[in-house]
Amino acid sequence: MLFNLDGQVALVTGASRGIGRAIAEQLVAAGATVVGTATSASGAESIGAYLGDKGMGYAVDVTDADAVAELLKAIDEKYGQLDILVNNAGITRDNLLMRMKDDEWDAVLDTNLKAVFRMCKGVMRGMMKRRNGRIINISSVVGTTGNPGQANYCAAKAGLVGFSKSLAQEIAARGITVNCVSPGFIDTDMTKSLTDDQKQSIFKNIPTARLGAPEEVAAAVVFLASPAAAYVTGETIHVNGGMAMV
Amino acid sequence: MSTIEERVKKIIIEQLGVKEEEVKPEASFENDLGADSLDTVELVMALEEEFETEIPDEEAEKIKTVQSAIDYVTNHSND
Repeated sequence: MLFNLDGQVALVTGASRGIGRAIAEQLVAAGATVVGTATSASGAESIGAYLGDKGMGYAVDVTDADAVAELLKAIDEKYGQLDILVNNAGITRDNLLMRMKDDEWDAVLDTNLKAVFRMCKGVMRGMMKRRNGRIINISSVVGTTGNPGQANYCAAKAGLVGFSKSLAQEIAARGITVNCVSPGFIDTDMTKSLTDDQKQSIFKNIPTARLGAPEEVAAAVVFLASPAAAYVTGETIHVNGGMAMV
Repeated sequence: MSTIEERVKKIIIEQLGVKEEEVKPEASFENDLGADSLDTVELVMALEEEFETEIPDEEAEKIKTVQSAIDYVTNHSND
């Protein structure tokens, strides 16, 4: 069973809705136990509700180093292992660079890039000892193409790709793979704020002429998390309906 | 209870997959025992766990031979 994740434990950040939720649900469908995080207690509760006995929701601010350490300790105490880490939590603070404030830059870099560094560092020791692990970082098509008004977000998302390639080279010999999944325009709360006009102009650049579904991103994550992808590392899988073929 | 020296040597044997007779005091992890940079980081992690201590990076960099590992632990152990 190449795609079977029975007996594996996964951590998915930003799992209360959108792509993160779809990832958590599909990892469970493949057999994994999933810990999903959200920033709020109510978000964590809703994760616990949809996961049921297949995992748990956990409220944590991924930029809070102490809180992240506590989370990893709690997972270790409850499950004794962590096989799969999916860094999905992300935020946007869009602004043209001329007007971008330091705090808009810092907030996006802290959540979308620095938190990933810290989370990876936190899970590596256990994975290295067991000579097994899967780290999947959710990047974005705009990390490759750029996007006006999102210099901070694009910098962080492009940063994840270089980060992942470096880490992949450091720990490949320990049986740990590090990859990115890079979604295009996906039907989530993050893209719901787009107007119809904006959507139409975006569709012009998407050969499939539609938004992607969160499940279509999750499928790529499950592949990378599975034994089937043991020989894939440092790679970025683009899931964007053909909008950027790179 | 094993001595510090025995415990350190046991960890080196386990971590680097080397034979006991190779673990001489002057043996260098990288030059004599075939360790790469990640192996030495893992070795330091294993020492930290065994002796319940935290080895700062600048100290860890100096731990390059079997004897230097034994010396570090001997000087910093609470046992």
